Amino acid sequence: MPVFFEVRNLTKTFGGLKAVDNISFQLQQGEILGLIGPNGSGKTTTFNCINNFYPITSGDILLKGKSIKGLKTYQICKLGIGRTFQVVKPLARMTVLDNVMAGAFCRVNTIKAAREEALNVLKFCNLYKDRDKLAKSLPIGGRKRLEISRAMATKPELLLLDETAAGLNPGELDEAIGLIRKIRESGVSILIVEHIMKVIMTISDRIHAINFGGTIAEGTPKEVAANRAVIEAYLGEEHAQG
Amino acid sequence: MQKKIVYAVLGIVFLLFPLVVASDYYQHLVIIALMWVVIGSAWNLLAGYTGQVSFGHAIFFGVGAYTAGILSTKLGISPWWGMLFGGVASMLVGLFVGWVCFRLRGPYFALATLAGGEIFRLIATNWESLTDGMVGILIMQTFRSKLPYYYIALALAVLCVYAIYRIMRSKWGYYFVSIRENQDAAESLGISTLLYKNVSLLVSSFFTGMAGAFYMNYMAFIDPQVVFSMHYISIMSILVGIVGGVATIMGPAVGAFIMVGLQETFRSSFFGLAPQWVSQSHALVFGLLVIFVILFLANGVVGDWDKIKRNVFRIKTSS
Repeated sequence: MPVFFEVRNLTKTFGGLKAVDNISFQLQQGEILGLIGPNGSGKTTTFNCINNFYPITSGDILLKGKSIKGLKTYQICKLGIGRTFQVVKPLARMTVLDNVMAGAFCRVNTIKAAREEALNVLKFCNLYKDRDKLAKSLPIGGRKRLEISRAMATKPELLLLDETAAGLNPGELDEAIGLIRKIRESGVSILIVEHIMKVIMTISDRIHAINFGGTIAEGTPKEVAANRAVIEAYLGEEHAQG
Repeated sequence: MQKKIVYAVLGIVFLLFPLVVASDYYQHLVIIALMWVVIGSAWNLLAGYTGQVSFGHAIFFGVGAYTAGILSTKLGISPWWGMLFGGVASMLVGLFVGWVCFRLRGPYFALATLAGGEIFRLIATNWESLTDGMVGILIMQTFRSKLPYYYIALALAVLCVYAIYRIMRSKWGYYFVSIRENQDAAESLGISTLLYKNVSLLVSSFFTGMAGAFYMNYMAFIDPQVVFSMHYISIMSILVGIVGGVATIMGPAVGAFIMVGLQETFRSSFFGLAPQWVSQSHALVFGLLVIFVILFLANGVVGDWDKIKRNVFRIKTSS
């Protein structure tokens, strides 16, 4: 059986800059893989390559053994890869419900079915009580959850979460962790980029660490946290020696 | 409930209007306004709901009008068939316009359509073997009375507004608005933004083309300066939409009556009551009107209806 999701030797250059340099990783079905690295190390670029906002320079991306390289962004979504944006992109002048319905239309065609599906997702993501608010009136925590809801409404098999916990207060953080676990339990595999260690260390099954576009470590959260190259990347050389 | 009564009353008023008001002049004005309901609503679907602001709707109006005219003069096909063919021809042109212009976003798209409008006007002016150039196309009017034209225009306007109402309550409608709000987010939600922008453009160009063909039938004369006019068609469609209210179903319909009324008031120098030079000032007045609407009624008369009611009501109680 082919690997559920695989990024193989992914490279993306902008002019002379190698934003992503020969990165490879695999994701099993039902797994949560964390992608970490300091600012500017190429995490979001990797995401943008996966759903083809940027055409990749070289390498390949495979879902269930089939290459999705060169497919359009919307086709990749239809194949079952949903994503959220680090800089949230709410459909501002639509209600929360309409936002999620726009995602639900990915799988259904009638208003009735889309509304039903959207309401279920909103309940699942604990955004049900805000369903009639305009998306632009939500605070940041709500907007992040709206991003997740909308992506979930497209019924993805793999969900790419781009810093969905950034900017949340401690209470919201616990809620976000709970939600991500719930999503996994519903059978969705997750690739997550996150800076907040509390989140990434508690929910990831494995972590893939990158710096300057290249892989520096991969393993369980414990292994990666103890890895010399990772400590060096985050804290500097002197801490890595001690 | 209250809304239903309003629509019922409006329906009866429009059905009975030409029977009650016998004046050719007023019937003509309402016919033109109804035609603008169609163009304004069509423009609104593309610009207001889908967010692709077109400055070149004269392209589709002109192509519709010329299709009906040319089919009639060169091939002897009834220009009423031209209403269908005009709509279809406009769609085909819309496909081409979309293929070129949808590579651009936002203001660049708007400017590309503006240029497109001028290109089509120049083609119609210079391709004399097909269009007779500046001489224009003259056909025989089918009816001497205005009544048939009135009811055809009314039917077309109702059909157009209702079709757009239905579209906006379907998957297409959600997709159009999503694209307007954020194209990248829409794309990531499985929406082919290119496809649905084109769908919106095709529906919009179809109705605009039908309005153009109707104009050919009704006026019996067209030339490039009139039907491909940037000022009188492209800009007017935008004004109708903005004044009435973008992204509202009834906005362009209301805007059409306001704009046609204003245009005629100034063209005729307040129906002959004001000095002649007033008729020269209508472009200036349109400009001032746009400034006023943007400053005080950014959502148009329909979109800001509650605000208007509130303010008018306050004036009443305080005086």
